[in-house]
Amino acid sequence: MRQGPRRVAEHPDTAARTLPELVSSGVVRARTGDLGVAPVLIGLAILWTVFTALNPVFLSPTNLVNLTMQSAATGVIAIGIVLLLLIGEIDLSVGSVSGLAGAILAVGSVQLGLPLPIVLLAALACGPLIGLVYGLLYTRFGVPGFVLTLAGLLAALGAQLQVLGTAGSITIPFDSAIVQFGQQLFVPAWLMYTIDAAVVALVAWRLVAEARRRAEAGLAARSTAAIALRVGALALLLFACSWYLHQDGGRGVGAMVLLFVILVAGTHLLLTRTRFGRAVYAVGGSVEGARRAGIRVARVQISLFVLCSTFAAIGGILAAARLAGANQSSGGGDMFLNAIAAAVIGGTSLFGGRGSAFSALLGVLVLTSISLGLTLLSLDSSVRYIVTGAVLVLAVIVDSVSRRSRAAAGRA
Amino acid sequence: MPGPALSVARPDEHPDRILSLRGITKRFGAVRALTGVDLDVHVGEVVAIVGDNGAGKSTLVKILAGVHPADGGSIRFFGQLTPIDSPTDSLDLGIATVFQDLALCDSLDVVSNLWLGRELTRAGALDEVEMEKRSWGLLRELHARITDVRVPVASLSGGQRQTVAIARSLIGDPHVVILDEPTAALGVSQTAEVLNLIERLRDRGLGVILVSHNIADVLAVADRVVVLRLGRNNGEFRASETSSDALIAAITGAMDHSRRGGDDPE
Repeated sequence: MRQGPRRVAEHPDTAARTLPELVSSGVVRARTGDLGVAPVLIGLAILWTVFTALNPVFLSPTNLVNLTMQSAATGVIAIGIVLLLLIGEIDLSVGSVSGLAGAILAVGSVQLGLPLPIVLLAALACGPLIGLVYGLLYTRFGVPGFVLTLAGLLAALGAQLQVLGTAGSITIPFDSAIVQFGQQLFVPAWLMYTIDAAVVALVAWRLVAEARRRAEAGLAARSTAAIALRVGALALLLFACSWYLHQDGGRGVGAMVLLFVILVAGTHLLLTRTRFGRAVYAVGGSVEGARRAGIRVARVQISLFVLCSTFAAIGGILAAARLAGANQSSGGGDMFLNAIAAAVIGGTSLFGGRGSAFSALLGVLVLTSISLGLTLLSLDSSVRYIVTGAVLVLAVIVDSVSRRSRAAAGRA
Repeated sequence: MPGPALSVARPDEHPDRILSLRGITKRFGAVRALTGVDLDVHVGEVVAIVGDNGAGKSTLVKILAGVHPADGGSIRFFGQLTPIDSPTDSLDLGIATVFQDLALCDSLDVVSNLWLGRELTRAGALDEVEMEKRSWGLLRELHARITDVRVPVASLSGGQRQTVAIARSLIGDPHVVILDEPTAALGVSQTAEVLNLIERLRDRGLGVILVSHNIADVLAVADRVVVLRLGRNNGEFRASETSSDALIAAITGAMDHSRRGGDDPE
């Protein structure tokens, strides 16, 4: 379509988009630097092929269930990073904020013996509070987010140590509901298939309804074949995942994993279907342009800092639930680096304005695959760090190169 | 008009007069940017503001856009005395300003840019179909040479970008559109495209204020030309009855029109 002869606006494209047209427009997009999630999908395929070739256990359902469970906490944190990267900002403190939330959860439920809902609420609340402080300082004083959240990293770490007190390490009892949720709760197969079916039906209905409305409005609409292809692919993906994770003693989809996927999907809808999401991309593309269009830029920025820290707190709760406890190094070490790396590897641009919630999901799968794959090969974390670093550099190179070719093709 | 500042318009006197500025003054510290400037804009009229660098064109635009409030003088909108203290005031009155830098969001597509900050929603979600449909309607009305409204505006030509910026200003259904140097960065054919567009805005019954350096463009499209020099009115001409030489003389000060008020447009 874009390559077609020049048409003026009197003739909006009313022809249905056929499959070859869809494919060719995809090729054009890729060549002009609009790669989307393609690189990370290819990367994931390569990683899985290599690891499976080296050790077939990698592709076993049990290992993949493990992989999804291990991805959830970092993945949730990465969603928040994606949101901030969209406006070209970053939060370095997500690790210690998640550690703080985990500490509050552990201390509140074990040492203080408070009821779980209250403890959860308290642990969750530290996220938005910290994010609000960031947002206000950022918009009021123009402190760069990098430095602001570096300071926050230290402060939240201090708060985490303070909360943990002299105990240092707290174990949440195995029979606690939150640990059961994090370790033992899996979605039964029938329920998972029901959810899959509902999602597929919903997406199909939306696509058909949209195509009909577009056709009625005289706009280019997806052809029935294109819709069928999309819905078919989605159905295949969802059902295949649900089915495979239940094979050979695999425990299926963890409740935590389902929560993670729901958060990703919810964030995706927020970004693509709402005025807020549009404002986020506008601010990421051009702050001045957004401001002149009447968007309250400061409000968008504050909201994103709040959301990011909130996702960090949720991630911390999930991590504490899965590890059945919190200690002084919870959320420390490479936690925040992994979350940031996941967002970038997943295809969210470091330069702002480009990215999708799904990059958190795909990016964290890449990272966890590397980690688990190398563990299966009995290689220790020294190798893991090196490989992860290499993959991250690769992702950033892809980002930079595609940005340059976008600029060359006039699609910056 | 028997000369600037002499006729104080009563509301009923000029029903087609949208905007009427009298004695607008603006200082920045010790610098007098504008001194007693008058300006009228009527329905379906293109008024060009010309002047050399530092003549006060940009300041006048910013006062109308609400970026800087005026220090003195009166602004009447359809005869009503109305101060413009903020960009919101200006927009609420129905004055849309297209600044020279356009302020488009390059990574967003044409539809998103047109509706940015004013998106239509349907059951809480963005109504892409309705926005795209109306975008095509608007672009068609402007005879815009845009073939795909779902490409990022970064991939458009200068003229197309200008078109998008102007079309965006029309989304709010304004009475007056101010175009600040719309052709400054454009090539020959793109300039022609934008000039055609300006004529179409006039045909829609809008008042258009065109700020420009380019005398040829101004003479091609304007109904009336207001010359500013060193922050003061220095003549007013009917575009059809004047020449570029006369305009250049007024702009450079070779001919002093400030006392005589130039040609009488009415």
